[in-house]
Amino acid sequence: MWRRISQIASALIINSHWPSLFARTIYNGKLKGFCVPGLNCYSCPLAIFSCPIGSLQNVLAQIRPSLAVGKYYLGFYVIGLLGFVGGVVGRMPCGWICPFGALQDLTYKIPTPKLEIPRFLNYFKYIILLVMVILLPLLVIDALGYGQPWFCKYLCPAGTLEAGIPLTTLDSSLRQLIGIQFWLKIAILVFFLVIMIPTKRPFCRTVCPLGAIYSLFNRISLFRMAVSDKCIKCNRCYKTCPMSIKIYLNPQHKDCIRCLECINVCPVDAISSEINGKTIHTRKSSR
Amino acid sequence: MKIYKLIPFIIILIFGISTAVGIYLGEVSKVLETAVNICLGCMGIG
Repeated sequence: MWRRISQIASALIINSHWPSLFARTIYNGKLKGFCVPGLNCYSCPLAIFSCPIGSLQNVLAQIRPSLAVGKYYLGFYVIGLLGFVGGVVGRMPCGWICPFGALQDLTYKIPTPKLEIPRFLNYFKYIILLVMVILLPLLVIDALGYGQPWFCKYLCPAGTLEAGIPLTTLDSSLRQLIGIQFWLKIAILVFFLVIMIPTKRPFCRTVCPLGAIYSLFNRISLFRMAVSDKCIKCNRCYKTCPMSIKIYLNPQHKDCIRCLECINVCPVDAISSEINGKTIHTRKSSR
Repeated sequence: MKIYKLIPFIIILIFGISTAVGIYLGEVSKVLETAVNICLGCMGIG
């Protein structure tokens, strides 16, 4: 329950600039200089913070023009923030803060026959991170040396949901700019909205570049999961896991979002979380 | 203290320093400059 409260509270806090709805534009105050640790489009009318993936792409896409005017904007800030958060809690923001992750958790609750995502697709997000977030914005540039945020522009369904639909609904001048690219992004959004119902967190597991970055820190983060030898491998943790992980096989699994749901369903109290080796959360402590 | 227990602190320190360097170089204003404009690309119309 605490996780659901955290997800809802985070989504409401990150997207709390209601006056923008009436002004039919986006918030442009100084808080936008700070990146939230979840995937939340900064062009959402309600957003008061920046999306780290959008910001990272824009910094990389504008490296050449920045260097040309003597500004060393090389991505230290965004990469540092993501690495800092990852170093402390690993992929935990995906489970507790990210609004798009929360949406997937909620849609999976719709009662339908459920399906499993093939495991090999979990590696696809690393390709997305490398190609669409890093290489293409950095290397494909126009005559003036500017790149583009490829992931935002051609793939990100969160941008379509949080910025594209609301802003084109509110602003008729933006509506006139709608073309094939917009409808392609709508199709991608609809695809994910549909497969979110029978499968667990399909976007997080197969596409999300932010999750891909955080996942690299799960093995080395301060916050860790632990499974004791009391484990009877009953698979209750696997059935309740929003990422379909068998945590007893690898407590620091790269896709574990540290939601702690497994701790609460373990019948023998074998799973716990710890900070640098010291247990901080067991099923008994959560009762 | 075992060496592996130090690894998270080293990682946090390195990325903390990276964040500080980015702030010192003015990357926050760069992020702000981009984020206060509507990203037409994010919406699929740019």
